[in-house]
Order: sequence, then structure tokens, then C-alpha cells
Amino acid sequence: MTVASALSRRDLVRAAAQRSLTRRRITGRLAQALCAVAAVASVAPLVALLYYTISRGAQVLSWSFLVNAPTPPGIPGGGISTAITGSAEIVGLALVIAIPIALLAALFLFERSGRLAAALRFSADVLAGVPSIIIGIFAYALLVLPLHAFSNLAAAFALAVLMLPIMIRADEEAMRTIALDLWEAGIALGARRGRVARSVVLRGALPDLVTGNLLAIARAVGETAPLLFTLATPVAAMTLLIYTDGTQAFPIAQETAWGTALVLLAFVLLLSVAAKIAAWRISRRAR
Amino acid sequence: MSGDPIARPEPLSLVAEQRAAANTAASALTHGHPSSATPPAVTLEGVQVSFGDHVAVRNVTLAIPARQVTALIGPSGCGKTTLLRAINRLHDHTGGSVEGSIKLGDIDVYGADTRPELIRRRIGMVFQRPNPFPAMSVFENVVSGLRFNGVRGRALLRDAAESALHHAALWDTVKDRLNQPAVGLSGGQQQRLCIARALAVEPEVLLMDEPCSALDPIATAKIENLITRLAADVTIVLVTHNMFQAARVSDQAAVFLLGEDRVGELVEAGATDELFHEPKNPRTRDYVAGRVG
Ligand SMILES: Nc1ncnc2c1ncn2[C@@H]1O[C@H](COP(=O)(O)OP(=O)(O)O)[C@@H](O)[C@H]1O
Ligand SMILES: [Mg+2]
Repeated sequence: MTVASALSRRDLVRAAAQRSLTRRRITGRLAQALCAVAAVASVAPLVALLYYTISRGAQVLSWSFLVNAPTPPGIPGGGISTAITGSAEIVGLALVIAIPIALLAALFLFERSGRLAAALRFSADVLAGVPSIIIGIFAYALLVLPLHAFSNLAAAFALAVLMLPIMIRADEEAMRTIALDLWEAGIALGARRGRVARSVVLRGALPDLVTGNLLAIARAVGETAPLLFTLATPVAAMTLLIYTDGTQAFPIAQETAWGTALVLLAFVLLLSVAAKIAAWRISRRAR
Repeated sequence: MSGDPIARPEPLSLVAEQRAAANTAASALTHGHPSSATPPAVTLEGVQVSFGDHVAVRNVTLAIPARQVTALIGPSGCGKTTLLRAINRLHDHTGGSVEGSIKLGDIDVYGADTRPELIRRRIGMVFQRPNPFPAMSVFENVVSGLRFNGVRGRALLRDAAESALHHAALWDTVKDRLNQPAVGLSGGQQQRLCIARALAVEPEVLLMDEPCSALDPIATAKIENLITRLAADVTIVLVTHNMFQAARVSDQAAVFLLGEDRVGELVEAGATDELFHEPKNPRTRDYVAGRVG
């Protein structure tokens, strides 16, 4: 490469950069505007949904609506207390089933890389894609039919099956954020693998574990289809109540549905805020 | 003692010579006899490490003298890290297979009835990048190894932590923030914390894999000083690609280079000042003179 040709190449590059400057500036602005529009468009439904639910639901909401048991149609003063406690019980039970199993499975996936781990990971992905109504039928066949009874346990089982694959993959992701070098640091101190898993991997991943599991929980709280097959009455869970009352023509039933929807929304919101605070406190309190 | 790592006006052999002289004086004072008379802490014989078909490093026969600093030097990719990790059986988990014999004292490290956990308790390790446990406080980090090894009792743990932090020259810096997150420390402090964590389980040997490569010159100088002092109690194996660092802190050095077939091999080992002064192997001579690697 001669000096002269290098110089002329520099001139060429400079000229091209200068010439295209206006065009590049316009494309940049356009792209920015497009992003802004997309951002607003994606938030708009959420805002509308919140506004609509709050404005319709707030009219119904009262202390008695929360603490009173449902009354037969036509009798005033009824509430949704059974649906609230039912939902809480079902979700709580589902968490007790799903969280430990998911954690152990994720630990297994984190530590092993063999064929069994690959098979487990694959089946988790398949399970995550199974429609929730099929999981409902499965719980019906497995727990309702043999026991001749609808039950919160059957509903919780269905929700647990629904949450498991999401939790497993979220937990494994969280553990993978704990780098291999930390795992090795534990091993190099003479620790056994199980101990490193508990003290280094789980502890380090705790904030991420909490946030990851929250997504699965939020998904399960809002599920209706698995409950259709496992609960005897609509007033046994909030989503079921919204589904049955919301599709009725009577204004009173519709109002109940809106009120319940608002309570459910608040429930999910509260759950996310609580989990965020928990994750934040855990990561701060480095004990 | 060891020089400033920023300024390197002196030739390599001179640095090594000063270090050797200082060391002889010191060991004459403390031990009354040259420390090279003690039996080796770790003995490697015909060691080869491979990953599948790929041999990373081969034919390593080396005696690592107790309570001295042995430097493993050589260009990047010649198997220094791989060999170091063979000594505390970290390849058990990476799929590397180790052939030949490695002994800690007279215990076969890869013996059929040797528990790797017990070997790793006695052979500590400091990694290239500082890796304190992020979810733990300074104190919890230091005592983590003790807890992993079943040591209990608050008083004992506190004592051990203070002693280890003193040894790692970190006590004065962290004594008022023992309960704060370890990740709040600077890079150099984190690395000294990792050294304290490794020292707390009372190892006989400390493996250090380029412990200063992620640190600034001042932090590097502190760690180098520390290494020199630690060698009074602990056998140190230091991997470094910095020959000046090897010259400043090591008593023995082993030079690794890539062979014709791109497999790492031990080319020459001996007292550091001799190795840098009058290398016997022509490949070592080229490497030390900066002609390869
Ligand atoms: N886990 C591993 N799997 C496969 N090959 C590896 C692994 N670790 C190291 N190697 C290979 O071993 C050789 C030596 O690497 P390394 O020990 O890191 O060199 P150094 O520490 O001297 O720079 C390299 O060719 C590298 O590709
Ligand atoms: Mg290396």
C-alpha cells in the first residue's frame, strides 16, 4: 500500500461519511420515533385494562363484598369471601407442591449435563406448552374421578403441574447466573457438591429465584381452565367466579365479576410487589 | 524485598538474584538452614492432562519444595492452568483426565481411597479472577470454607477469620465492615479476601492461578508482598505469564512451552535465579530472552 493511495482512501471515506450524514440522521430519528410509538402501543392496553377494571370494579367493592359469603341469586349483601380464601388456599397449596420439586429438578439440571438432564429439560419445555385445559382434564382423571369428589387439592395439583415447567426453567436460569467460578471456589475449599449447591448456588441465586418463580405464580393465579374440572362450585375460586358470573346476563352477576376481577388484580399486584421487596431485601442482607 | 511492578529497569536475572539473596538471608535467620533441604510438599511424576483426544500438557515431572514459592511460567495456552487444577483434582468436574502420579507428601492425590474433598482442604486455590461469594458478607466469605468442612462454634470461626484476614493483610481494611457484602470491596481487596478464604481452612499448599492478572499495579504489588510472606508457612505454586513477577517472588521456577505438536510441556525447572541467569535448555533461553511466547 503506497502513501498516496492511503491518503486518497482517507479522502474517500471522509467524503462518504459527510455525504450520508443527513440520511443517517433522518433514519436514526425515524427509528427512534418508531420505538416510542411501539412502546406506547404496548403499554396502552395495560393502562386501558387497569382503568376499565378499576372503574367498573370499584363501584362494587366494599368491606362486606370482601368478607361476606356469597348469597343465592336475588338476595342482597353477598360477597366473595369463599372465592378469595379458596384461591389463596389453592395457590398456596400449589406453591407448596411445585416450589420444592422445581428447585430440586433445577439443581439436577444445573449439575448434570448428561442424557437424562437433556431429556428432563426437553420434557419441561413440552409440558410448558401443554394447554392448561388439558392439564385440568389430567387432574380430573387422576384425582377427581378416583376420589369421587372435586377438591382444592385436585385444583392445586393442576396448578402445580402448570407451574412446574416454568419454575424449573426459571430456577435453572437463576442458578446459571451464578458463574461456574463460584461453584469451583466452593469445591476448591473442600466442600461437597451438595453443600456448594445449597450455600453458594441457591443462596447466590435467591433474588433471581424469587423473581423467576413469581412469574410462574402470577400465571397460575390467573388460570381458570384447570379449575373448571377440579372445583365443585364457581364460588370456590376467584377466576372461576369471574368466568361464570361474567358470562351471565344479570347486572348483579356482572358487577360481582368486575369486583372480583379488581380483587384478583390487586392480589397479583400485591404478590409482585411483595416478591420484589423480598428479592431486594435478600440481596441486600448479605449474611 | 520485591520491587515495584510498574518500574522494571533491571534485567530479569538481576531481579531474581536480589530475590534469592534476600531469601537466603531471611531463611538463614528464621530456619537456620537453607529451606531447600526440606522434602517436597508436592511431587509430580509423568503427569499428563488431556481433554478427550486433546492432550493439554504432558510429561511433567516436578518436585515442589515445601514452604517456598514455585512459579509455573510460560506463554498462554501451554497448560499451566490445566496442570495447576490437576493438583487439587478440579478436573474431576471438567472432564479432563489426569495420568501419571501426583503426591501430596506421601499421599497419592488420585489414590482409590483418597477423598477429593480432603485433598482440596489441604491444597487451597486462588483463582485468576477474584471470586468472593456474592451473597455473603466479608466474614461469611472467610469462614465459608470452615463451614463447608464442618467447623462450628462462633468463637472458633471468629478467631480463624481474624487470623486469616491478618495473614492476607486485609484485617485493618475490613475489621469495621466484616458484616458488609464482600462485593463492595475493590478488586485487589476481593482477591486478598479470596486468599484469606483459602487460608482459613489451614491448607498446606496454596495454588495461585495468575492471581494478579485482573488487578492494577498497586494491588499487584500488595499481593506479591503477601505471597513472599505467606511462603513462611505455606507452600505456594504460582502460575504467572509475567516473568518479572516470577523473578520477584519465586524461589523455584518451571518453564512450560508448547511443543512441535502444540502440546504444552515442561521444558526446564530449577532455582529461579539460575533459571533466569543461565538457562540450560536453548528453548528456555529464547523464552527468557523474550524471543518466543
Ligand atoms: N475444560 C477444557 N476442555 C477442553 N480443553 C481445555 C479445557 N481447559 C483447557 N483446555 C485446553 O488446554 C490447553 C491449555 O490451556 P490452559 O491450561 O488454560 O493454558 P494456560 O493456563 O497456560 O494459558 C488449551 O489448549 C486449552 O484449549
Ligand atoms: Mg491460565
